[in-house]
Amino acid sequence: MNYLEFEEPIKQLREQLQKAQELQDQSDVDMHSTVADLEGKIAEVTKKIYSELTPWQRVQVSRHPDRPYTLSYIEAITGGRFEELHGDRTVKDDKAMVGGWGFVDDQAVMFIGQQKGVNTKMRQYRNFGMANPEGYRKALRLMKLAEKFNRPIVTLIDTPGAFPGLEAEERGQGEAIARNLIEMCQLKVPVICIIIGEGASGGALGIGIGDRVLMLENTWYSVISPESCSSILWRNWDHKKEAAEALHLTGENMLELKLIDGIIPEPLGGAHANREAIYATVKATIQEQLSKLMPMDPAKRIDARIKKFSSMGVVHSA
Amino acid sequence: MGWFKRIQEGITTKSTEKKEIPEGAWYKCPGCKNVVTSQEFAGTLNVCATCGHHERIGSAEYFEVLFDGGKFREVAAKMVSADPLEFKDTTDYKSRLEKAQKKTELEDAIRTASGELDGLPVVISAMDFSFIGGSMGSVVGEKIARGIDLALKKQCPYICISKSGGARMMEAGLSLMQMAKTSARLSLLAQARLPYISVLTDPTTGGVTASFAMLGDLNIAEPNALIGFAGPRVVRETIGKDLPEGFQRSEFLLEHGFLDAIVERKDLKSKIAFYLRAMYDAPMGEEKVG
Ligand SMILES: [Zn+2]
Repeated sequence: MNYLEFEEPIKQLREQLQKAQELQDQSDVDMHSTVADLEGKIAEVTKKIYSELTPWQRVQVSRHPDRPYTLSYIEAITGGRFEELHGDRTVKDDKAMVGGWGFVDDQAVMFIGQQKGVNTKMRQYRNFGMANPEGYRKALRLMKLAEKFNRPIVTLIDTPGAFPGLEAEERGQGEAIARNLIEMCQLKVPVICIIIGEGASGGALGIGIGDRVLMLENTWYSVISPESCSSILWRNWDHKKEAAEALHLTGENMLELKLIDGIIPEPLGGAHANREAIYATVKATIQEQLSKLMPMDPAKRIDARIKKFSSMGVVHSA
Repeated sequence: MGWFKRIQEGITTKSTEKKEIPEGAWYKCPGCKNVVTSQEFAGTLNVCATCGHHERIGSAEYFEVLFDGGKFREVAAKMVSADPLEFKDTTDYKSRLEKAQKKTELEDAIRTASGELDGLPVVISAMDFSFIGGSMGSVVGEKIARGIDLALKKQCPYICISKSGGARMMEAGLSLMQMAKTSARLSLLAQARLPYISVLTDPTTGGVTASFAMLGDLNIAEPNALIGFAGPRVVRETIGKDLPEGFQRSEFLLEHGFLDAIVERKDLKSKIAFYLRAMYDAPMGEEKVG
């Protein structure tokens, strides 16, 4: 278990609980009431901390090292009935972007998402979830495949941004993301996009045009990360908390601004505190949304999708 | 060496229909040098149980692996090349064909058949490298075209297992245009939104790579298969440099974005069945077809 700085009280209580349980197991001391007491306290403290998360704390939870990543969701939602597909058919197989066919109960679905690594070695291998142009092009290829065979698409978004590299620019990072935006607007099949961690800028939006765009409760979605925002506008890295506030990047903020369609609640203590629970919730959400989207006429679905994104923006008309 | 060659022939010449493996024949793996009986080797689908080396197999073996109960109906089984150019090099094409036919008991370098794969209707074409290097002439093109036509008629998926040195020189421009012809037919299959799975096996090169083998909705390959357009020797001589380890092998192609997956022979049928179910809804009841 890893604990964030503001989770310190939870950590201490958990350690006490573990000691009490060990004592119980190793001796005849009756610790039942202490254990029950501590469990109650943990729930209470967790609830308090998680109900009062600041935007910056939300950002921290979205990056929690124990938080489940894309492939873990897909494996759980499909019960292992998933086959990954690779490659952009041009230069490379991007390990930061994954995708493939999976079955949600009996429904074939094309899953796509950024993938972060679970340890130091895998984080490198996955390029920290930062896709290159070939990742976006693989994603588009798979979306077109899904459209060809009339299967819905689910994208799981979790990225600190598209990779800002030399070769990424040479191969047209901007073009690749732009291409996805325009193509996704016209996909004839239902598209559900779920932000499961970090939704950083164009790198997130590059697989983020959907009939439903949903954010898990403890995620963020904005034009820039709070740190980068701080460094650019405040000219140093120390103002990430203020930047997180100012950016209005939480699910509530984004919903209020009508930039997303809904928020998926996380279990007490965040997605990482109860993986099975969040997998079940996400699966149920996908099924519920598909049951609404799939019977719709494709032209109407596309029309509604375009209207939705067209209505975004706030101006005063002169 | 003579001993080894004899066994190799022992296993490669039985490529038609029911295989009869001679008692006491052996297979020595070129990868790890492990020796097993030919029966054992056939039992592992001609894959070395020690190092995973996938030995080349032919259409008969692939049909056996993929079709339910090994049952299938072959399309245009008797089609043969017409040799319209009366091509002649050190020997004439006609006698080259006859020799190949006699040696392999095949009519040409591909066979096409329909049947069921895990209960799903499919049409499969599989190439035979033992027939003039699996080269593509008019017969290969036409049998692929017929396979696609049948898939269109049955409204079912099409699978092609490539194993070829490329276009057949002895049919010249006619061979070249089989690349265009097969692609043209595949465009019809794509229009009809019927799945096409391309299986690339060792070796898949030249005009076959540059046409139908790379055009799958999904391109999958057996492990360590040589896959490329220009052969490695030509590339090496042209650029005057040594080629990187694993150049033009399946894993290299996966890394460079051209394959959806590498699939071991033992998983070939179950993976294809999975992919097909993801992309294809079989027509309800036979009466709808036809
Ligand atoms: Zn071996």
